[in-house]
Amino acid sequence: MTTMDMTPVTKDGGGPELNKRRRVYKPNTKYIPILATLFLLVVMYSTGVANYRNFDDPSVIVNLFRDNAVLLVVAVGMTFVILTGGIDLSVGAVISLTTILTATLLKADWPPLVVLPAVLLLGALIGAGQGAVIHFFKVEPFIATLAGLFLARGAALTINDESVPIRDDMWREISDFRIVLADGVVTKPIAIIAILSVLAAAAVLAWTRFGRNVYAIGGNADSALLMGLPVGRTRIAVYTLSGFCAALGGVLFSINSTSGWALQGNGMELDAIAACVIGGVLLTGGSGFVWGTLLGVLVTGLIRTIINFQGDLNAAWSRIIIGVLLFAFIVMQRLVTRKAK
Amino acid sequence: MTTILKNRLFWPALILAVMLGVNAFTSNQFIAIQDGHLFGTLIDILRGSAPLILVALGMTLVIATGGIDLSVGSVMAISGAVACLLISDLDNQNSLGGVLIAIGAAILVSLAAGLWNGTLVAVVGIQPIIATLILMVAGRGLAQLFTEGQIINVQSGPYSTLASGFFLALPVALLIAAAAVALTVLLTRRTALGLLLESVGGSPTASRLAGISARRITVMVYVVAGAFAGLAGLIASADIKSADSISAGNLIELDAILAVVIGGTALIGGRFSIAGTVLGAIIIQTLKVTVVAVDIPAEANLLFKSVVVVALCLSQSPDFRAKVFGRFTSRPAAEKVGIPA
Repeated sequence: MTTMDMTPVTKDGGGPELNKRRRVYKPNTKYIPILATLFLLVVMYSTGVANYRNFDDPSVIVNLFRDNAVLLVVAVGMTFVILTGGIDLSVGAVISLTTILTATLLKADWPPLVVLPAVLLLGALIGAGQGAVIHFFKVEPFIATLAGLFLARGAALTINDESVPIRDDMWREISDFRIVLADGVVTKPIAIIAILSVLAAAAVLAWTRFGRNVYAIGGNADSALLMGLPVGRTRIAVYTLSGFCAALGGVLFSINSTSGWALQGNGMELDAIAACVIGGVLLTGGSGFVWGTLLGVLVTGLIRTIINFQGDLNAAWSRIIIGVLLFAFIVMQRLVTRKAK
Repeated sequence: MTTILKNRLFWPALILAVMLGVNAFTSNQFIAIQDGHLFGTLIDILRGSAPLILVALGMTLVIATGGIDLSVGSVMAISGAVACLLISDLDNQNSLGGVLIAIGAAILVSLAAGLWNGTLVAVVGIQPIIATLILMVAGRGLAQLFTEGQIINVQSGPYSTLASGFFLALPVALLIAAAAVALTVLLTRRTALGLLLESVGGSPTASRLAGISARRITVMVYVVAGAFAGLAGLIASADIKSADSISAGNLIELDAILAVVIGGTALIGGRFSIAGTVLGAIIIQTLKVTVVAVDIPAEANLLFKSVVVVALCLSQSPDFRAKVFGRFTSRPAAEKVGIPA
């Protein structure tokens, strides 16, 4: 599945013939899901351009990043968790908690430069707590992060169950700030932050020891432990990272809407998981790329854009189409992994 | 005495008893007879927990085979939507025959949904959490499509009997749930079916080699889970006399999984406890009622739920017991891969 698993096999497996075959075959299975998603994205975009006026406007693509900035950041964190073979259900609730806490603290005249690190730290702490429970007490990730979901959403609702507007100058300035990319094409800082987080995550996964540990644990946690890799530390770190990303997503949400609401980001965890799956990240862990997640987010975003352009389609269709795509990609992954065996 | 203390269900039962005790003190009518049927907080709790008991019952069987069903909430929404749609088209909404046909159609659709999940898991061989994620995402969209995004109201006497009627002094909803529980217990504990379920959950391959049709058993549990979820959807929609495809059964899959886990059924499969699940479902419903009864704001319900989840999961985690109570044994703590079943 990954380079981690493959290296010893090729070494022990002997003959150069086998080596050669594997070397030719490996990139194919590894990249097929991500290439299929890319192909789908191109097909969808060309269909849009062919059918709707103004769809070829560059702002359609630029707005895709702006509208899905929060999902992108959250899905990046989720990718790390899924790569280790876990799952994080709490991200949507952490978004809620972050937005409402940010809005409430700013309303109480806390300095924004204190609020920002505080809420990010809180998200990371919630993630770390979940990771610790999962690692030390062997509670299943599904249940541990479900408890985290209840905790964060409950805390958010307890703080305030109504929408709280943000009147802080710094938040408003960032919210109103526009970056001109070209003539008539503008974007917001939140899109830039989302893209930066994708780049950072891709670099970490590809080039750092931590990134390789993540893949190793997802491939086989027992083997990773026997190899002497820091399984516990890495596992707690990915949940911490996911919590941090969710909190960052919440901050982006609060900047975008200049308000905080305890039901903000409800169900976002499923969108993030779906984006990862469509992007070719295997839910069993050990295989996938952040680039795939990026493509997955763009595909789900493009579906909504097309439905908006179509105009007469019910919003329910976006759920159904995402469901159908999920089905297609999962079956395809199944076929690809079966062939690899 | 020690045997009682060591029983897995001791702590959950104690928590339930304490909460019921609190309710007995705070409510002005805990249990009474009025208009010829039982009445009071206790009856309200039992009646309200009927949908969750049904959903959790199906979930128990699915989890026993090592699977999980995330789509139950969506199936509830679909079933309610189908029934209300058919009833609202009736000339006379009070005609028993028409209502029975609508109920039958809704159950048939739920069976089909379960068959879809079962086929994906057992025949196509997709991981259960992903296979059912498809219907979870798309199913609610389908329900919205059926109802055209509207909330369909029905004024049907026979239909609302499902939720608010009484038979032999007991609520009909509770009787339906009790009948489902009795039937399941009879079929799984008085025949070899339960053993087969646990064997498939323990190891599908070994079961197949032992001559058990693992595939057929797996498909069957998903179909049963679909049917029970459909029934729960009917009760829930009859309770509010309408089909709300967005909020019907929203997040109930998490509550159901929680009920199963509280009841001592491990998510890895191979073992299940129906009594435990019923206890778990009633605990969750009682918690909801108790939080309101003792004048804690309803928003804090989730906070309490998370505390109960954490406490119960940790009390059931052998590693936690060993670490906290200092009973370090020489048993090597094998690192289990944290993949949600």
